[in-house]
Amino acid sequence: MLAHPQTLAEKLVARAAGRSFVRAGEIVTARVDLAMMHDSGGPRRVAPILERLGIGVWDPARVIVVTDHFTPAGDSESARILDLTRRWVAANDIGHFYDMRGISHVVVPEHGHLTPGLFVVGGDSHSPTGGAFGCFMFGVGATEMAGVLATGEIWLRVPETIVVAFEGRLGAGVVAKDMMLALCARLGMDGGDYQAIEYRGAAIEAFGMEERMTLCNMAAELGAQVGLIAPDAATTDYLRRAGTDAGDVATWRSDSDATIRTTHAFDAAALAPQVAAPHSPANAAPVTAYGPTAIDQCYIGACTGAKLADLHMAAAILRGRKVAKQVRLMVAPASLEALNRATADGTLAALTEAGAILLPSGCNACGGYGIGVLAEGEVCIASTARNFKGRMGAASAEVYLASPYTVAAAAVAGRIVDPRDLLTAPIA
Amino acid sequence: MPNNRAWIFGDNIDTDVLAPGRYMKGGIEELARHCLESIDQRFANEVAPGDYLVGGRNFGMGSSREQAAQALKHLGVAAVIARSFAGIFYRNALNLGLVALVCRDVGRIRANDALEVNAAAGRIVDKTTGETLRCEPLPAHLLAMVQAGGLVPHLEQRFIRSMENR
Repeated sequence: MLAHPQTLAEKLVARAAGRSFVRAGEIVTARVDLAMMHDSGGPRRVAPILERLGIGVWDPARVIVVTDHFTPAGDSESARILDLTRRWVAANDIGHFYDMRGISHVVVPEHGHLTPGLFVVGGDSHSPTGGAFGCFMFGVGATEMAGVLATGEIWLRVPETIVVAFEGRLGAGVVAKDMMLALCARLGMDGGDYQAIEYRGAAIEAFGMEERMTLCNMAAELGAQVGLIAPDAATTDYLRRAGTDAGDVATWRSDSDATIRTTHAFDAAALAPQVAAPHSPANAAPVTAYGPTAIDQCYIGACTGAKLADLHMAAAILRGRKVAKQVRLMVAPASLEALNRATADGTLAALTEAGAILLPSGCNACGGYGIGVLAEGEVCIASTARNFKGRMGAASAEVYLASPYTVAAAAVAGRIVDPRDLLTAPIA
Repeated sequence: MPNNRAWIFGDNIDTDVLAPGRYMKGGIEELARHCLESIDQRFANEVAPGDYLVGGRNFGMGSSREQAAQALKHLGVAAVIARSFAGIFYRNALNLGLVALVCRDVGRIRANDALEVNAAAGRIVDKTTGETLRCEPLPAHLLAMVQAGGLVPHLEQRFIRSMENR
């Protein structure tokens, strides 16, 4: 019996706070191992604050900057922001800079930066993605980030842990995005209560890292501070391919007698593909509940919807088929690496031969910053994480959220349909 | 219209309606003009300095973009009062010097009621209805940071002190 049983979240915060153990509810100050930011919330926002303070970056080797929001520059203001970003990175001797290589949440793990046990802050709300690697990683605003860059520290309240367990196996055509949309509907957009969500169960263990990233990323949609998955052999394998040693992964798991606030248990096999209606991920229902909803645009993009695994899902539907005439399908691979690997294994050709339009790797239309946005009254189905009113363009545009399987199926049918029917049907 | 009046919004007000992505590349002046426009066309034009924004549950959910809080401050909003806040927005608001108060009884405040707020005491007086509502008081150290204008002035003091001690 351990003297101080702890959750994974508590262990991670304790390490960063230089303590042997911490308890949920305590307010502690943690040393930051890595700080990640992008072109929107990064240099253009933090540089003026650091200048005002007359102080440099506490440890440039621990800072990662990624350009993904205003890339590639579509107007002079975007170009100015990107130029400012590049100049600040050079002037401050920043350790790691990924310029137009894809979306931060995907590019950073691809380059092996996220190893189990790290305490990481990200200047973006989807930063909990790092929890898939057993990192305590969470999103902060730019002023808070400036404080981290100045001091290398941040205060936090140690979160309680909410366990979300998926036992059993998912059916064919049902994936991490479906789990998350179902969870948003079940727990609500504040069900995470700025605590830690720890995903467990056989269905989670069976996932590769990219599906785990989707789960942890969208802990943000549940209002959690972090989403966590205990690292295992899949983590070690992924990191080895990224050129990094995962270290002692067995350390980073919750003790069996640690205090858990709540456990939500689900049967993975019972889950159907989900679609979230406008304007909230919490408006999710099984795809079978939707009537023939006509679609103008299908969008496969974003950190939760265009990684290599996501592109494989889309290709499984689109290979040998054609995008419906009245629909436009846009695909923005989440990273250059995803694009290269999808090119090498034939996935990309399956998409573009079906009629998909390839967009550059980056955030693009997801947050409405870049290309692919919607006109007034248009209807879109997207593999992104959020469908808030006006987010992807015009305020009256309607965005449905779904997995890449379901988005691709809608592209073929021109309306929302159950992707499982296309996965099993012979190609006409 | 009275001074210090309440603007009422519902649950889950997100950062995309507070700070729409399509205006994020510009400055805060332009962004603030579009604050909440997709759900309330009047707000950005008619809100007066000293007014209060009253939300429901999970106010400020979504993005970490602190312009969501900064736009409200730029428009002169004296405080956001909500049933609960999304974690990142809450920290951003305080870091930018915008008072954010948790009040379980926000449902008792009506649109355009005149409010008087004491963040240190955790008290909201609805002068229109005469009712006094309790809210969670801001801890002294956070209130001091907010009153100093946020985290940056607070850090300024810290670094100036450390320079002087060298």
